Amino acid sequence: MQHTISVIVENDFGVLSRVATLFSGRGFNIDSLTVAPTNEEGLSRMTIVTRGDDQILEQINKQLNKLIDVLKVLDFTDGSAIERELALIKVAAEDDARAEVLRVVDIFRAKIIDVTPKSYTIEATGNPLKIDGILELLRPLGLKEVVRTGAVAIGRGAKGWNG
Amino acid sequence: MKMNGARIMLECLKKEGVDTIFGYPGGTVINLYDALFDFKEIHHILPRHEQAGTHAADGYARATGRVGVVIATSGPGATNTVTGIATAYMDSIPMVIITGQVPTPLIGNDAFQEVDIIGITRPCTKHSFLIRDVKDIALTMKKAFYIARSGRPGPVLVDFPKDIQIAQSEFDYPETVEIRGYKPNLSGHPRQVEKAVAMILESHRPVMYVGGGTVLSDSAEPLTELARTLTLPVTTTLMGLGSFPESDELSLGMLGMHGSYCANMAMSNSDLIIAVGARFDDRVTGKLSTFAPHAKIIHIDVDPTSIKKNVPVDLPIVGDVKDVLLKMIKQTDKNKEKLAGFVAALTPWHSDITAWKEKHPLGYKQSSTIIKPQFVIQKLRELSDDDAIISTDVGQHQMWTAQFFQFNKPRTLLTSGGLGTMGYGLPAAMGAQAAFPNRQIISICGDGGVQMNIQEMATLVQNRLPVKIVILNNNFLGMVRQWQELFFDKRYSSTCMELPIDYIKLADAYGAKGFLATKPGDVESVIKQGFEEKGPVIMEFMVAREEKVLPMVPAGASLNEMVLNA
Repeated sequence: MQHTISVIVENDFGVLSRVATLFSGRGFNIDSLTVAPTNEEGLSRMTIVTRGDDQILEQINKQLNKLIDVLKVLDFTDGSAIERELALIKVAAEDDARAEVLRVVDIFRAKIIDVTPKSYTIEATGNPLKIDGILELLRPLGLKEVVRTGAVAIGRGAKGWNG
Repeated sequence: MKMNGARIMLECLKKEGVDTIFGYPGGTVINLYDALFDFKEIHHILPRHEQAGTHAADGYARATGRVGVVIATSGPGATNTVTGIATAYMDSIPMVIITGQVPTPLIGNDAFQEVDIIGITRPCTKHSFLIRDVKDIALTMKKAFYIARSGRPGPVLVDFPKDIQIAQSEFDYPETVEIRGYKPNLSGHPRQVEKAVAMILESHRPVMYVGGGTVLSDSAEPLTELARTLTLPVTTTLMGLGSFPESDELSLGMLGMHGSYCANMAMSNSDLIIAVGARFDDRVTGKLSTFAPHAKIIHIDVDPTSIKKNVPVDLPIVGDVKDVLLKMIKQTDKNKEKLAGFVAALTPWHSDITAWKEKHPLGYKQSSTIIKPQFVIQKLRELSDDDAIISTDVGQHQMWTAQFFQFNKPRTLLTSGGLGTMGYGLPAAMGAQAAFPNRQIISICGDGGVQMNIQEMATLVQNRLPVKIVILNNNFLGMVRQWQELFFDKRYSSTCMELPIDYIKLADAYGAKGFLATKPGDVESVIKQGFEEKGPVIMEFMVAREEKVLPMVPAGASLNEMVLNA
């Protein structure tokens, strides 16, 4: 089962390798990982999309919590969070395909951010499933390059992670 | 008063109550050693290899319960500590490893003797620090010691660049430390404790399964009190040996791959396992799918990751083992009226256990012509001091020591349980002897492992550390040979040592005494002579070459499928 975890970490030397070492050393999967500083001084936030059964997910949570540099592990289950991902997509677009690409971009409320006579570059944001969807439709037209950020997630409701 | 970073480091160690350190000088710690030259409050011992220095710090920590400290230079000095660090990490031993590092402007340039030791040791340390400013030394060391000794203890590495050792600053040691991402949960939840005691009082075939966490948290006393009050049978892991007296009739001895028949049968037939500071390691559980099929499990551990890692748990209690046991004693006291009935109802269970003990006690076939290794271990127990500290290497002699020595006191067995490090025993004994100059320290080795750190004979002699080294010599890498005999059709691939070593001459070369026993009649006199000697000693016993450690649960088999005679 795929699962999204947010990890609040000290913005310290080596913290990313500690997390990565933990996942590789214990044979946990990482589907995607993003990391950037938060609004609070000295803290960064990682969003990790991982897979495993309940027992593995419990271990991942506990093992992350055990790292000294980890302040908090937020385990988002059952739609308790909003997830977004950004993708930059370079797609071949000549002749009839140009109009088709524009239609798809319109349907997915994406944006064209670069144009050449032979291609469009698209910026798409949304739930990772939506990104999968637009890629699915563009694939037959000829994907030249795809860059995805990996999901970021934030809990629903009025409360911040810290209450 | 301003002082340089090297001196500040030593002042930090002093503030942490460190009196003995092990270390090896080199280019990037030369400033630290210069400061040490007239820093009289800390006794420094120079091993002959950084790995041995690290094991010595580990042995010191295990024997005393304090944080062991080792210093190594950058590059090869640092990489030599890795086996020692991994050994300590697997057994949760509190240590601080200080490694020199090339000057900060050179880091990343492939400078002479530069290695990314933090990167190399990341998976086998509890935490690590690179000090990048002389002003950070004190706070870093305060954190390092706090992390090493608190919660589930472990090794912490501090990488200390040369330019930071030279830079000047004021020394101001923080009184307290707060790490926002690190708050070990030490206090067992009272409701969970209540439930645990209720579960015990409802059980009919309970077993306490006790691991190294009980030793680490100095909980032998409350453990013994609770077990005796409730008349609970107690089995320990290798790491738990000594936390409950094996002389007590409630003791089942060690369980697992080379555990006693009664311990493994008790686990397999139990209806309630109370795991105390143990982690359900594969050498303990055997085949997981058939492990303790009838038992509910209560798991007490300070580290939440240990709980439900290998086996499902019915009642987890996260907390310091001592805190939880003391609360369980109180809770048992509140249920006094149920106690007599509970204890009476355990009679059939106790009779089952007695029957298992009688059916297949630990044993071996004595010989009048060849020395049996188990006999040497029994004689060592008989002739050694009550508070003697035993260290072992890894392999057959380690299992025979665990089976036959009979450990009655905590912190009297130093052994690499998790990592299984050959070459651990001799330097660990050295560390224990440095901590307790007047106690009897016995390093029991095989002829394989002893050669992995034999150079420490020099350290023992130089520092007048009278460690008694016992070599059970079968001229084989015995444990691997045993597996080859049982599972590989006696194809002894690279397990015969072939070249016999004259250990008596070797002892002499280092300025120590050596004694040799070749027949059973020599054993007692050699041990006595060895113990009487004031300095370090090698006692070599030529033992039965193809003796096996039994019983044995073959890898992948269930606990109750023991090979008893092979």
